Amino acid sequence: MPAADPAAVAEARAKLDAHAVETVQWHFHESTGCPFWLEKKKELKFDPLTEVHSYDDLKKFPEFEDEWLRGGPVRRWVPQGLADKPVYVFETGGTTGVPKSRIAIDDFRTDYSNFSETLPDKYFPVGSNWLMLGPSGPRRLRLAVEHLAQHRGGICFCIDLDPRWVVKCLKKGQIDHANDYKKHCIDQAITILTAGHDVRCLFGTPKLIEALCLELEERGTSLAECGITGIFSGGTEFTPQWTKFCVEELFGGPAEESGVYMTPTYGNTLMGLACSEPVTKENGYKITYHAPEPRAVLEVVDFDKTDEVVGYGETGRSKLTTLTKEFFVPGFLERDEGEREPPHTMYPWDGISGVRPFSRLAGGTTVGVY
Amino acid sequence: MIELKAIRWGEPYESLEVDEVNHFYTGEPVARVHCVGAGIIQRDAKKAVRARKALQAIPPAELVDRLKKAGELFESGTLAVGDGKQSPDDFIAQQSATTGMPVAMCKANVTKNAFVLKNIDTILDCLTRGLSLDTLARGYGDEGRGVIVSYQAQCDALGAVLPSNSPGVHTLWLPVIALQMGLVLKPGKSEPWTPYRVYAAMVEAGIPPETFCLYPGAGADIGGAILSSCRRSMIFGGPQTVAQYAGNDKVQVHGPGFSKVIFGDDCVDDWEQHVDLLVDSVYRNGGRSCLNASSVYASRHTKEIAEAMAAKLGPIEVLPPDNPEAGLAAFTIEGAAKAIWGSIESDAEAPGVTDMTSKYGDRLVERPPVAYLRPVVLHHASHESETRNKEQMFPMVNVVECPQAKMLSAMGTTLICSAITNDEAFRRDLINSIDIDRLNLGPIPTPQVDWLQPHEGNLIEFLYRSRALQLAGA
Repeated sequence: MPAADPAAVAEARAKLDAHAVETVQWHFHESTGCPFWLEKKKELKFDPLTEVHSYDDLKKFPEFEDEWLRGGPVRRWVPQGLADKPVYVFETGGTTGVPKSRIAIDDFRTDYSNFSETLPDKYFPVGSNWLMLGPSGPRRLRLAVEHLAQHRGGICFCIDLDPRWVVKCLKKGQIDHANDYKKHCIDQAITILTAGHDVRCLFGTPKLIEALCLELEERGTSLAECGITGIFSGGTEFTPQWTKFCVEELFGGPAEESGVYMTPTYGNTLMGLACSEPVTKENGYKITYHAPEPRAVLEVVDFDKTDEVVGYGETGRSKLTTLTKEFFVPGFLERDEGEREPPHTMYPWDGISGVRPFSRLAGGTTVGVY
Repeated sequence: MIELKAIRWGEPYESLEVDEVNHFYTGEPVARVHCVGAGIIQRDAKKAVRARKALQAIPPAELVDRLKKAGELFESGTLAVGDGKQSPDDFIAQQSATTGMPVAMCKANVTKNAFVLKNIDTILDCLTRGLSLDTLARGYGDEGRGVIVSYQAQCDALGAVLPSNSPGVHTLWLPVIALQMGLVLKPGKSEPWTPYRVYAAMVEAGIPPETFCLYPGAGADIGGAILSSCRRSMIFGGPQTVAQYAGNDKVQVHGPGFSKVIFGDDCVDDWEQHVDLLVDSVYRNGGRSCLNASSVYASRHTKEIAEAMAAKLGPIEVLPPDNPEAGLAAFTIEGAAKAIWGSIESDAEAPGVTDMTSKYGDRLVERPPVAYLRPVVLHHASHESETRNKEQMFPMVNVVECPQAKMLSAMGTTLICSAITNDEAFRRDLINSIDIDRLNLGPIPTPQVDWLQPHEGNLIEFLYRSRALQLAGA
């Protein structure tokens, strides 16, 4: 694996420090900050405007509680400095109870435009059309993927998919019903892929890509035959074994042989999109993600001392910090764990590999239904 | 340590997800198993027809001979299992090490599984009610009085999601290969041993390897994928699993047995003659099987019956697994034994319920990281006691006082009922009951299985459908 140049690492760190200070100034200044953080500032034992000089100073903030994101008024999250802009709200969770919500103005476009730069044009041809095979409705993914397609000069086809309904079916043991719903989604996707729309690129969750490939195989065809060359996947747990199966059996070999290229991603509504180092058979289909610094930071921290990162190669919990003008989340502990990875030449900052559900919460959450 | 790759229609598959199966007590790894995801299972399922064709190329009589040989090899051979060689003693030691079952119990299950294979012809004769296997192989035949009979196979391969806690249940799927259908197996998480050894024995005996899939590892989605992609499957689980698949004719579900011994009023005064039978019914095989009695019903003398059973079961101690006298298996899931004991203590507080084993010392024996439960006998003074039919994964029995006339309604679903009665009218009621599966008339211990009778649903009825077939000019 190409190691990052130390100078590049230092430069990226300096950029992150400056960005962290600038973001805190924005969110805690009376003229620009959002009502939530301005109110929260009164409870803090330090002054963010004068006592945050680097990224590490963000540790002064208490752990971000995701409960704060449940319930309204949603406007309390809109920074005063952006109050006149059109605002989106994206949701996560919500099968039962109040979902967590996050406001956005341009972040999803910025994140996906940046992500676009990492996609190889050979497999994601500029101007080609896309299919978005993932959760729709109040989720960020649908608009984000559509923007990605448009950013690359294409048009995005979408399907309806409500994961909350699927979770409800599974919790009630209605496996057949959940499978029927999945089939309904796959049928919609195949209808689009075979309707002459020149769709070359696809977003899909691992389980839906798998279901799509199996159904295409059942019908005597394949993704490659349908014209798909580039796949961007994410949204649920992504394992090296699944990638091996997918590449070797569902796609028919690595991109050079099958013509189908897939890149895994890790992200959620709170964060941008963490990109993956190239995944190959030679590196055991190991998947290592790097957050889109300086806009978001992923750290692998000790399970108990969550202010301390673990050593390289060691296992810890995924901790997220979001630093944009639209949204500030300092130190949010994700429901995932993984191994800390060193900076990479393409991404000169820490990464995380082997991402999987946090073992101490295992069984408490329903992950990756689709 | 042994490495067990997944088997995909006979081909070993190296996965990037490898789970360790550890010693139940020391935590040391005993096996590394290669796990696969649902997609591989669904994809492989499309090739099931090849397994059937490979077996259809071999005459049933030849398959039977090879299975008999497999039975010998399973019991006595040193076989190529995973990346190593496995002797019968290795197998028993490995099974005991990862499940926490006493060695003696593992040995007994070897004998049981080997018996089924070595007597496969007789057992199939019983399962088919005397129908020639050639009729099933050909698809039709002559009933013997000039009438054509035809049986339509309902699948190319049987799927089975297997348990970790009861190696005896493998007897249920062993006959499938002789019926010229493949096997798609998900071994239990801590007991991959029996399916892998059966596979090794069968392949060495000449059964084509391409008729087997073995998908070890954890993960409900593997089980779900097997059930959804095989047209016929069996699954083992608790009451929730039973409820989930109730009425699904593609799935044969095996859950708690709620087996019982009952006394008719005509025989109950002779209860003392049957105490050993009662104890055997509760305790054999560590009390972990659906065959074990979980309740005893009688209209009178119940307190004395419970006391007599407690006097024999109560003093049983936890012994090391390699002690030939060991009869109790460890609970290897952290906190499980403690939680079960908590629920029994709560049950025993209900009015009319008495723990008859309390005077024989603590029932919960904690030996971190595992724990044991010593046998428990609860007396229920009324057949209306809510917990009268509760079943646990260790020797635990409810002795219920119940008028004979109320027994059938109070007993509920019963896999095995041993009825000690000569009262013809009562026997008739028991025979007519649709809540009882296997009925033993007379003093027969509930775990005593006559292999010439179907158990928990006839495999032939599950895998075949009787249909009409007409031949022109016949």
